[in-house]
Amino acid sequence: MKLDNLTAIDVVEGIKSGNISCEELVCEIYERIERSKLNCFITLNKANALEKAIEVDRRKNEEDYRRKKLLGVPIAIKDSISTRGLQTTCASKILEGYIPPYDAAVIEALKCEGAIIIGKTNMDEFCMGTTTETSFYGPTRNPHDLSRVPGGSSGGSAAAISACETVLALGSDTGGSIRCPASFCGVVGLKPTYGFVSRYGLIAYANSLEQIGPMASNVTDTALLLEVISAKDERDSMEVKIKNNAAMNYCASSLKWDEDANIDIDIDIDKEVKGMKIGVPKEFIEGVSPAVKKSVWNAVHKFEDSGAIVEEISMRGLNLKYALASYYIIAISEASSNLARFDGLRYGLRLGKDENWHTTFSKIRGEGFGEEVKRRIILGTYALSAGYYGKYYLKALKVRTLIKNEFEDAFKKQDMLAMPTMPFVAFELGERIKDPLSLYLADVNTVPINLAGVPSISIPCGFSNGLPIGLQLVGKHFEENEILKAGFVFETLSG
Amino acid sequence: MKSESTNTNGVKIGLECHAQLITKSKLFCPCSTDYHNSEPNTHVCATCLGLPGALPVVNERAIRYGIKVALALNCEVQPQIIFYRKNYYYPDLPRGFQITQYDFPIALNGLVQIESASGGDGGRERGIRIRIRRVHMEEDPGRLVYKGTIDTAKYSLVDYNRSGIPLVEIVTEPDLRSPKEVRIFLGELRSILGYLSVFDGDLEGAMRVDANISVGGGERAEVKNISSYKDVERALSFEITRQKNLVRRGLKVTLETRHYDEVRGITLSMRTKEFEHDYRYFPEPDLVPIRISDMVSEIKGEIPELPDEKKRRFVSQYSIAREHANTLTYDINIADFYEEVASKMDAGLSAVWVADVLKGELNYRGISMREASKRVSADDFVAMLRYFKKGVITERGATEIIREMLDHGGKPDEIIKRKGLASIGSAEIEKAVLEVIKENENAVEDYRTGKKEALHFLVGQVMRKTRGRANPKDVSKWIEEKI
Repeated sequence: MKLDNLTAIDVVEGIKSGNISCEELVCEIYERIERSKLNCFITLNKANALEKAIEVDRRKNEEDYRRKKLLGVPIAIKDSISTRGLQTTCASKILEGYIPPYDAAVIEALKCEGAIIIGKTNMDEFCMGTTTETSFYGPTRNPHDLSRVPGGSSGGSAAAISACETVLALGSDTGGSIRCPASFCGVVGLKPTYGFVSRYGLIAYANSLEQIGPMASNVTDTALLLEVISAKDERDSMEVKIKNNAAMNYCASSLKWDEDANIDIDIDIDKEVKGMKIGVPKEFIEGVSPAVKKSVWNAVHKFEDSGAIVEEISMRGLNLKYALASYYIIAISEASSNLARFDGLRYGLRLGKDENWHTTFSKIRGEGFGEEVKRRIILGTYALSAGYYGKYYLKALKVRTLIKNEFEDAFKKQDMLAMPTMPFVAFELGERIKDPLSLYLADVNTVPINLAGVPSISIPCGFSNGLPIGLQLVGKHFEENEILKAGFVFETLSG
Repeated sequence: MKSESTNTNGVKIGLECHAQLITKSKLFCPCSTDYHNSEPNTHVCATCLGLPGALPVVNERAIRYGIKVALALNCEVQPQIIFYRKNYYYPDLPRGFQITQYDFPIALNGLVQIESASGGDGGRERGIRIRIRRVHMEEDPGRLVYKGTIDTAKYSLVDYNRSGIPLVEIVTEPDLRSPKEVRIFLGELRSILGYLSVFDGDLEGAMRVDANISVGGGERAEVKNISSYKDVERALSFEITRQKNLVRRGLKVTLETRHYDEVRGITLSMRTKEFEHDYRYFPEPDLVPIRISDMVSEIKGEIPELPDEKKRRFVSQYSIAREHANTLTYDINIADFYEEVASKMDAGLSAVWVADVLKGELNYRGISMREASKRVSADDFVAMLRYFKKGVITERGATEIIREMLDHGGKPDEIIKRKGLASIGSAEIEKAVLEVIKENENAVEDYRTGKKEALHFLVGQVMRKTRGRANPKDVSKWIEEKI
């Protein structure tokens, strides 16, 4: 079976028509994973996946199976998402051996739609990183160049798609963690509007910023996966509130299903792109590497050539330096509180003999957390402490509001914004990990999007020395469908 | 000149009272709250165990109960509430933070009226106004369990059944002046919460109190872990004496947190202010602010007649003594029971038998009226009182019936028969009196020579002989006649 270029839609149709054996497909994927040098996965779900695949083959003609939107589609899950019965570590030693007794809301949705969970992908420990190098389970490598990082923190998910070690993947994005590795590995990744996808079961890094999102080899698969995971879920209060407040009738994608449960893409390319207003904020493109700049402009011109109205704009009020500072203050503050629960008492790491609780728990945390995680816990604890709360956290929240306003202003004139996802292409393993500040700066184009809470997608738009470059399209709140359509148009125009 | 030595002098006490609300499910998850008789860790889920990724969802009923409490305490309910994280480490706290409130609590500025401990003297008014600073909601942590005692146990166990139980925290201004006043205030508070049907004081740990105490304008100490209502007076008296002794020796009271050791009845220093926790409060990012102003008017309509009001009505409607009204209205279940009895019986007589006798028997057994009402119905009680009034049974017989009903159940007429409690006729009394006079010549002689106490002894003997089935007044007349 040819795994390259195999889309989720191919898989669903192939299984239903009898052209693809789910069992064979899953076996082939595991063979590939076992041969791989990339280290995309922390935990594999082989026995269970094979069992499910055989069940899919056996029951594929039953009516409720035929209606499953992801029937037999292999999917890799970032290890920050809780999976019942399957080890979930967040790439941390402190959660080694933790087997959750419950599924995240998105996992329930995936199972319900017939997806097959291949395994849990590698990531930066507790999502804290841009390279997947802070994982306790070793770094993941970039499939385009094994000496380079895949980006992060959802590096395992992006690399696995890129290397055909899965068909779909879930990532989570706090400040670029889906889009950065999508850009570095040449795949598609979407960060939904804050509140679009339930966070129930996502191990929290920074609650007010993060979202689970779809990753795939192409835009249509991305839309399909988003459609499945964005089902309303009462267990995420932020999601409920935000969806209730959304005045518009949001829909995840333009995908439709006909009576035979086959997908129908309802997009007229010419009509979509004509008159589409795309703003390119110069603040987001000025400082990037020349190759990235050129590639992104080429992409934007492709839209223009097909009838879009492109305008270079300025988001003057948006000082990216402050955006980064605000982002890191909010993220580390929330993280310092979120990570307090990891003490080895109820689950996760245990060390030899227990002493009194305080000593035992200090030792477990000392040994269980990696350096970057400790750095952020300490910084976050400081930022929230008495006397500093107003100076840091509260101020950061104010900056966030200003940034949100700045995006709203821009969207008064533009349908969407286009910009590079990352300022450069994938760099060497070990190149930046010793210099946290330079790594923090790499998030400069992705972080403001999380602060504003708007949706954004990264789509491959070219290469530089064989390394992929990502185009980032940013939409209005709950206009996932618009950026997905634009992405689909771009993919089609690029052939 | 007033005495300098009164206990209340210069003492200021403020309380933080935590009361469990009796909702069906926990504050932030669907787990059942009915854990008191369950195996440890059987009422738990991903959320109240703080498992990675699980999220809280606010139980609206708990919020409504909180608002109800705030209204009953005459507070100003706030338009919007926000939950905060209070960050601290303790093994019973599964997330490493407690979800509670900080700015934007449910309510501010309330007032509770209590009766003075000294009953109007000592410079304090009879009715004392205790100001309520704030009312807010929070989740209960789990519970540490030791095999043996805290000192001898080799390890501690954690039970998370309690984790996430909704608590309402009621914070008073430092308006209380003595341990006794604190007890009266807490009694009033428990009574009000019971009336609102949001609280069950019979459950273990249903109310826990932290107290801030200072004497003579000195620094205050906070005493934590006063978990039993009965311990309050003892803990506070100890702390006041401790502080007064320091002052007497010219030492300063330090601002600190102290732990109440209920076994030894003393308070011990936990930490001084410089080691105080910095709780790093910040708004819980997994929950949204909740507008509650729309709920208030509806909840106002659900507030029943409260103890103070009921007390005044009882005094005027039933013409009963204030002390009886106090006892009858403390527990809503007793008040309801009394009203049912009084609607069919002489209200004054009913008051005596419910407030003095029945309540006394409940106290002796340590059971609540709600528990007792499973065995004793108001109708049975009325039937029993009718027998008494008609002279079918004596006072002692009536008491016996109450005891029997509480301990084993049964109907009054059946108990009278089974236990032979019916009063005896004059012939039998006369017979017993004559026998007693014959058997106790010395006492009879004493009585004749003027020792009037001898009569009591003789009456006692007759009562014994008749197993209480005679009226003591009648007996004493009979004896005087016969001697």
